[in-house]
Amino acid sequence: MTLMVELEHLAKSFGDFCAVDDISLNVSKGEVLGFLGPNGAGKTTTMRMISGFLAPTSGTARVCGHDVVTDATAVKSVIGYMPEGSPSYDEMSVGAFLKFIAEIRGFSGADRDERVLRAAQRLDLTGVMERPIEVLSKGFRRRVGLAQSILHDPPVLLLDEPTDGLDPNQKHQVRQLIGEMAAEKAIIVSTHILEEVEAVCTRAVIIGNGRVLADGTAADLLAKLPDASAICLVLPETAAEAATTYFRNHRAVGAIFETPAGHGRTRLRLTPKPEGLVLEDIAQLARAQNMPLIEIYQDGGNLDDVFRLITTGAAARAAA
Amino acid sequence: MRHIWTITKRELAAYFATPVAFVFIAIFVAVTGAMTFYVGHFFERDQASLSSFFAYHPWVYILLVPAVAMRLWAEERKSGTIEQLLTLPVTTTQAVLGKFLAAWLFSGIALALTAPMWLTVNILGEPDNGAIAVGYLGSFLMAGAFMSIGICMSALTRNQIIAFITGALVCFIFTMGGLDSVVNVFRGRLPTILVETLASFNFLSRFDSLTRGVIELRDVVFLVSLTAFWLFATVVFVDRRKAA
Repeated sequence: MTLMVELEHLAKSFGDFCAVDDISLNVSKGEVLGFLGPNGAGKTTTMRMISGFLAPTSGTARVCGHDVVTDATAVKSVIGYMPEGSPSYDEMSVGAFLKFIAEIRGFSGADRDERVLRAAQRLDLTGVMERPIEVLSKGFRRRVGLAQSILHDPPVLLLDEPTDGLDPNQKHQVRQLIGEMAAEKAIIVSTHILEEVEAVCTRAVIIGNGRVLADGTAADLLAKLPDASAICLVLPETAAEAATTYFRNHRAVGAIFETPAGHGRTRLRLTPKPEGLVLEDIAQLARAQNMPLIEIYQDGGNLDDVFRLITTGAAARAAA
Repeated sequence: MRHIWTITKRELAAYFATPVAFVFIAIFVAVTGAMTFYVGHFFERDQASLSSFFAYHPWVYILLVPAVAMRLWAEERKSGTIEQLLTLPVTTTQAVLGKFLAAWLFSGIALALTAPMWLTVNILGEPDNGAIAVGYLGSFLMAGAFMSIGICMSALTRNQIIAFITGALVCFIFTMGGLDSVVNVFRGRLPTILVETLASFNFLSRFDSLTRGVIELRDVVFLVSLTAFWLFATVVFVDRRKAA
């Protein structure tokens, strides 16, 4: 695996306020890194430092071997960057804007036109090339922002909230595009939409108060939940009491929560004790007891829970 | 160099993207013309020269040049495109120069469209066309110096109105600073070094000799180095206050 982006003790303060506090991490070719965190966690500031827009207060970032502190222009030329909200020159037409970006990126003549056309085709913009950007919908503007970021086929892509404000179809399209490009690039996607992580990212980093709080695949993160191996049973109400009594007396079951599931059914959520039962064991026990099971499934919580656990936990620790 | 020109082209196109550019040029041509005839008494002077035309350029520039310059950085900052622009492989210096050149060329276009004045004096008499050429050069350099002040003020704020007002104010100080009547007000009330600095801002007297067709190296050097100084300050401000 080739290392494409290396952050080394990257930090940024604005006056007394420390926005990013000593972040170190690496991203390799083929990785799609989901950069997660609550609003104000330092995601955008970190992206801005990697892209060479803001100079770090201390530490540095290297992109394809170029140091952003000593050679920001070289870094900028190997990065495709879509800033938050994909700002673009509103009075320009889509075509003129993309052509401008292509020229600044060093392409001219037929090569330039070819690249503009290809980027426009990839993002379905060919029908609006003559329109001024200011009259376009949010979805189109976001796609214009994405088109300018991939125009020069950069080895590293930084996308700051690329699907924010898009409708489900457009989100799907953008994620598909990221997926298509993933193999040859290192991609960092900042987001606070957690479904995005499961949809496109190979790895997720959660930051809060400017620090890395968690780093791993979506499965790694889910395993951090205390009841990650919880199992749910759905039974008719009439059978619920017997089942509850049975499991309560079972030594491998910890907590049991009983909630109505509607249609005369009850849901039991069992948390196995550490090293306890897995789904198959519970299913076997239930069958042995002739419980009229309607559903049984693993309910390990979702990334939203992980996100809340990690970020609010950190906030509480910081306040203490 | 290619980057600078790419940015200049984009900025020039941005000026002409709305009718404001044409309104602006029309105002410039009309006001300079009116000044020449009504305030400068072009006909009563009965001279085949454009000195009464050039004499009022600094006053017109005080208001019009900051109006051209005000959007250059303030707008980028307000709309967030500064982040897009400065994460492209260009240096801040290239971006500042590109924008400055566009605005300066725009003022040059407005100036070129006053050519009917020049035609008029040539029809009515036999003016010294060399002197007129020097006058145009002086006026263009002056516009550049004012423009560099305007672009610097634009880099300090995200509000175009503030950029305009501070730009006009600084241009006004530079224009008026050298006049004796102004300097005398401050003499004795401010430290000598400040008064002498103010007195050296004599834009008008430097411009005067140029409009009379006298091209002196020190006047040209003054205007060019002033422009370079303000552009340098702009680069510093853009770099330091990018995220603000």
